[in-house]
Amino acid sequence: MALLVDKHRPRSLDQLTYHQDLSARLRSLAQSGDFPHLLVYGPSGAGKKTRIVATLKELYGPGVEKIKIDSRVFQTTSNRKLEFNIVASVYHLEITPSDVGNYDRVVVQDLLKEVAQTQQVDQSAKQKFKVVVINEADHLTRDAQAALRRTMEKYSPNLRLILLANSTANIIAPIRSRTLLVRVPAPTEGEICDVLAKSGKKEGFPAARELEKRIARESGRNLRRALLMFEACHAQNEKVTETTPIPPPDWEALISTVAKEMVEEHNPARILQVRAKLYDLLTHCIPPSMILKTLTFKLIPLVDDALKSDIVKWSAFYEHRIRLGTKSIFHLEAFVAKFMRICEEHEMEMEF
Amino acid sequence: MVGFFDLKARKEAAANGTTTKAAPTKETTRSQPWVEKYRPKNLSDVTAQDHTITVLQRTLQSSNLPHMLFYGPPGTGKTSTVLALAKELYGPELMKTRVLELNASDERGISIVREKVKDFARMQLTQPSAAYRNLYTCPPYKIIILDEADSMTQDAQSALRRTMETYSKITRFCLICNYVTRIIDPLASRCSKFRFKSLDQGNAVKRVEEIAAKEGVKLEDGAVNTLIRCSEGDLRKAITFLQSAARLVGAVGVAEKDEDDMDVDDEKIVTVKSVEDIAGVIPDETIDKLVQAMQPKSKRIVYDNVSKVVTDMVADGWSATQVVTQLFQSVLYNEAIPDVQKNKITLVFSEVDKRLVDGSDEHITILDLSLRISNILAGA
Repeated sequence: MALLVDKHRPRSLDQLTYHQDLSARLRSLAQSGDFPHLLVYGPSGAGKKTRIVATLKELYGPGVEKIKIDSRVFQTTSNRKLEFNIVASVYHLEITPSDVGNYDRVVVQDLLKEVAQTQQVDQSAKQKFKVVVINEADHLTRDAQAALRRTMEKYSPNLRLILLANSTANIIAPIRSRTLLVRVPAPTEGEICDVLAKSGKKEGFPAARELEKRIARESGRNLRRALLMFEACHAQNEKVTETTPIPPPDWEALISTVAKEMVEEHNPARILQVRAKLYDLLTHCIPPSMILKTLTFKLIPLVDDALKSDIVKWSAFYEHRIRLGTKSIFHLEAFVAKFMRICEEHEMEMEF
Repeated sequence: MVGFFDLKARKEAAANGTTTKAAPTKETTRSQPWVEKYRPKNLSDVTAQDHTITVLQRTLQSSNLPHMLFYGPPGTGKTSTVLALAKELYGPELMKTRVLELNASDERGISIVREKVKDFARMQLTQPSAAYRNLYTCPPYKIIILDEADSMTQDAQSALRRTMETYSKITRFCLICNYVTRIIDPLASRCSKFRFKSLDQGNAVKRVEEIAAKEGVKLEDGAVNTLIRCSEGDLRKAITFLQSAARLVGAVGVAEKDEDDMDVDDEKIVTVKSVEDIAGVIPDETIDKLVQAMQPKSKRIVYDNVSKVVTDMVADGWSATQVVTQLFQSVLYNEAIPDVQKNKITLVFSEVDKRLVDGSDEHITILDLSLRISNILAGA
């Protein structure tokens, strides 16, 4: 059984429910025959991918939905072999170059040139060019992005790129200046409610307006998360009412307990206790920066107003350290210790 | 190599296509980026680099070209200049055999420098026919263009050193880069350097208006200035923005014709708003809201306000670097903030920018930035 997220994913531009003007714009771009390179950015769960798949369908017709997975082997200059997966239809390719880490430049150079130098085989195809969708474009290395620069200009008759990214911060300026930027904002809470109600109706769930509203608020304007929460709610309870509690993901629950423990007591023994839990989270592949971020936002409501900006400051500091360093547990623990120290200092001041 | 030749051939076709409007080339010109379409055809077309151009034109007459190193910010016409130069020297036919263009999309490790570049540099010249020589100067050397040379490795660069000297009789090198500091000294000292300065307002405006007129795009008053402002002296960016805006407005205009009673006709009017939309500029109201939230009040209110605004901004997908740039502008030009505080705020900005480049989480970083500014404003 497919998840609600996949089952009710809109397949064409008409079925998209929010950001109508954006859909209209994409449609007219697709129909104009003059399709530019796109850089689509927005927070996760805003519907970037869904929009792009729908746009591709508008470009090429239903043929794009027949996809196959290819495995390709690339050779680096130092004769290392890289395995790389490509999702492809007759008309488009979908790649995630960040899979191969530092060697993404090789993939970008070889694959794109190969695609660009062959013409569309299918004579009856609607468009003369092929589309390459690059996922996680903000994780591309500088080298790979530099390699894209000329390719985008040189091969523009045969090739269009669609870059998907969470933010444009890590995309180098020359790429940004060659693409049409498309911002996909997250849906508002009202829009999430509508979507939930709609897919609830399709599934035959009883309507629960209040619950939907609560889910929308909890989800942080992330539609995918909202749908998953909605489904979890219905899967865990026989009968869903307006007041059914929303089960938080277990890692979030664990972080909440960590936050509570950190506030209750400030001593080395507590750090040790917290450490076990942090390790637990890390071994379950929760990204460290996500742990830190969630922890920070759980801590903030629990502490005195005077401390809030300090906590954010140190959280940002250690988040940066996590990015730069290699061993994330050090920095997570340092944050825990720092937090306790700030709290202690604050309490001392209050006493005097 | 095949791709390289293809490119040249296509470019020629496109260049001819604009004047003759032959049926098959029509399609290619239509889907061609305007940046390519309006690349300067000869040296005198290059905008706003007067000094460099005069020097180059003088060397053209003496038909003795030094090795060259072009450097300057993106979109100032470095590649265009060298391509135009090559075209003036050799004309379309000889260009295929006399010019080798390599850029970051080609493999450029040390092995390529040793083989491909060396082979090309070593190749003897062919004599063009006398008739052809009357048309173009056809000097007795080849040109190797190494575009984006600052992304070449140190090793590859040092491998070039001797090659440059050995074959200097029949080959000239032209290195193009953004940061001259990344070119190793021995190479830099073998070339005569040309600095390309950022385009000034007047010239950029003129060029953009010219292209808009040729493409039949109607611009709203002030749209050109917004274009130039958003592109920060990068003419390529300005032209790409113009094309995207025209595409967008043109396309939307057709779709909304039935609903709108306004005068839409076939006129495509590029508005200031649509330009800002494409450039990813955050509307002033949003920034104002953030600045308002940062004003010193009691701690609780400040945190709640700021965190709400920041959360909304992140959810709306505004890029953090853009937030930082625009917030910096608005703080810097705010007369009400004393200089001492501005100093402190600038320090915060520099740190945050570094963090964002390193790939920190945008939400936390922006929140941190706003709270720290607000603390400084409160006099802490």
